[in-house]
Amino acid sequence: MNAREEILERMRRALDGAGPAPEPPREYRRSLDADVDVVELLIDRLVDYKAYVHHGIASIPEALGEARRVVVPADLPAEWRLGEAEFVEDEALTTADLDGADAVLTGCAAAVAVSGTIMLDAGAAQGRRAITLVPDHHVVVVRRDQITGHLAEALPRLDPTGPQTWISGPSATSDIELQRVEGVHGPRRLDVVILADSALTHRQSCSSS
Amino acid sequence: MSTAFPKAAKVALGMPQLRSNLAHATGTIRGKRAKVVGELDDWERLRDTAAAIKADVQHRMPELAVAFERNATAAGATVHWARDGAEANRIAARITRDAGAEEVVKVKSMATQEIELNEHFAAEGLSAWETDLAELIVQLADDRPSHILVPAIHYNRTEIRDIFRGRMADAPKGLTDDPAALAEAARLHLRRRFLSAKVAVSGANFAVAETGSLVVVESEGNGRMCLTMPETLISIVGVEKLLPRYEDLEVFMQLLPRSSTGERMNPYTSVWTGATEGDGPKDVHIILLDNGRTEVLADEVGRQALSCIRCSACLNVCPVYERTGGHAYGHVYPGPIGAILAPQLEPGRHDDLPYASSLCGACYEVCPVKIDIPEVLVHLRQQGPHGAGEKAAMGAAEAVMARPALWRAALAAARFLSRPWRGRGFVRRLPWPASKWTVSRDMPVPPKESFRDWWKERER
Ligand code: SF4
Repeated sequence: MNAREEILERMRRALDGAGPAPEPPREYRRSLDADVDVVELLIDRLVDYKAYVHHGIASIPEALGEARRVVVPADLPAEWRLGEAEFVEDEALTTADLDGADAVLTGCAAAVAVSGTIMLDAGAAQGRRAITLVPDHHVVVVRRDQITGHLAEALPRLDPTGPQTWISGPSATSDIELQRVEGVHGPRRLDVVILADSALTHRQSCSSS
Repeated sequence: MSTAFPKAAKVALGMPQLRSNLAHATGTIRGKRAKVVGELDDWERLRDTAAAIKADVQHRMPELAVAFERNATAAGATVHWARDGAEANRIAARITRDAGAEEVVKVKSMATQEIELNEHFAAEGLSAWETDLAELIVQLADDRPSHILVPAIHYNRTEIRDIFRGRMADAPKGLTDDPAALAEAARLHLRRRFLSAKVAVSGANFAVAETGSLVVVESEGNGRMCLTMPETLISIVGVEKLLPRYEDLEVFMQLLPRSSTGERMNPYTSVWTGATEGDGPKDVHIILLDNGRTEVLADEVGRQALSCIRCSACLNVCPVYERTGGHAYGHVYPGPIGAILAPQLEPGRHDDLPYASSLCGACYEVCPVKIDIPEVLVHLRQQGPHGAGEKAAMGAAEAVMARPALWRAALAAARFLSRPWRGRGFVRRLPWPASKWTVSRDMPVPPKESFRDWWKERER
């Protein structure tokens, strides 16, 4: 018997006579209370985990700060490429290119307010995983309609089989005396630009139905 | 009959620095956990769901494992099966060689520690570099991990600085013991290695059967580096890590970060499914590992240990763990979960571990998947060799609690209460003094008292 057959056989033998387990109850929350302002909550939670928050497209240069060479996915909206920085589109950039960049500017797929989590799934305006990992500074644009209150609302918005990265604050470690210290291998600085104008709020009410 | 625990525990108890490091760290994490758990009004419902999903996984393991294999394969992964650690190590070493590499970067993983992959690679002339900060500390110090989540929990910042200064060739001059400076030193030390590695080895926190996806939960970004930059990725995954559905992540990803680091969400979670064109590793391998798990599955009471999501909350509340540290358990899984998992994964080798507990029930109260650890402990005690077992227990009790008479009474009570007709779930409400713990949950030991003083106090 090969390993596969043998392991499956061991499992079946171990379960011999065991009936099916009961269907799991699912009585937990799937959303926040209706009166919660999810934008405000997201901002609160982002700041709590040491991310910087900005408002509106016009604040993108401020979020990029001193960065001169900024990597962007090829499909990043042109209207986000603001300021003095040089925007370098990721056309198969090498690791060294990425390592030499000052920052990366992307969009996202969804955000979860309650945990301050930004989610990427390699979809529109996000690029491949390496570009949001190697540069030391990540600026991510979140549209109002991408913000959900609860994790259970965000998961269905992601491509379940696309490579997903969920980001909650800059990289950190709690390995020394269980104290959280920001900044290890991932980007040490995370800036979040929230686009919450009324036109987009309107679009949200259509798309989330 | 092993008597390793009582002996090792006695040694550990003679090391005041170790005990103060542990008390400080576990005290911090208990407070953080309690705060973020308190923010969710549906915590108990989440635990109920998680426990039921895991029970369902155990009952449907063959079907789910095959579904996972099918979906991961369809997405471009190569799925291997390993009956034991040696087989998994051989497969991983072969893939590494086939990729033309002599070294791998590693994401922290309990499964690869369990099968001693690093040692096996070394024996084959391959190098495995740990990249998680705590694992790096332990590897540099030539030590063994002492905690599931924070393997270097037994070191304080000054000791870590000394390890870096002494053992890390490129440690910055004048390195201080400021945690931020220590993290920066690790970043510089590992960066080139990440950016040039050809092969990475990871474990996985979850394996989603419905999609064939793997999930890695981490903080530092070393996981993302390993999962994204190399050409070849090898993930070694215990068969118990399966989840039926993608949607199940909404349950476990609320429970796990809050229970382990006491965060609402850990900084980085990676979910990937096979290989993606132009994004990350092209050659993706998954090794499904048995290594004793199907034996555990055969025990109706013991199998709940397979629900464990390795959050380490049970270690952080355990008065025995806090006194002895992780090394005393003599197994990669220490603390309450180790006391029920080690003897089941390696039958006959850790018979004393089910006695390394006061059955206080604090571990059950915090466990996000509701493993009734006291129930399994008592069950395993009944199965172990009795006379010798009790002698070992007395040794442990003496070392840890210094109250053998009470310990004996406690054991008798526990055995009485766990008689089969009493049914499941009763043992945790013990009538003896430790029942206090089940009430106060997150802060089982008043911080200013030693266990012994506290214990005496309870007796009055
Ligand atoms: S037994 Fe429960 S509390 Fe302990 S590590 Fe496993 S999941 Fe966490």
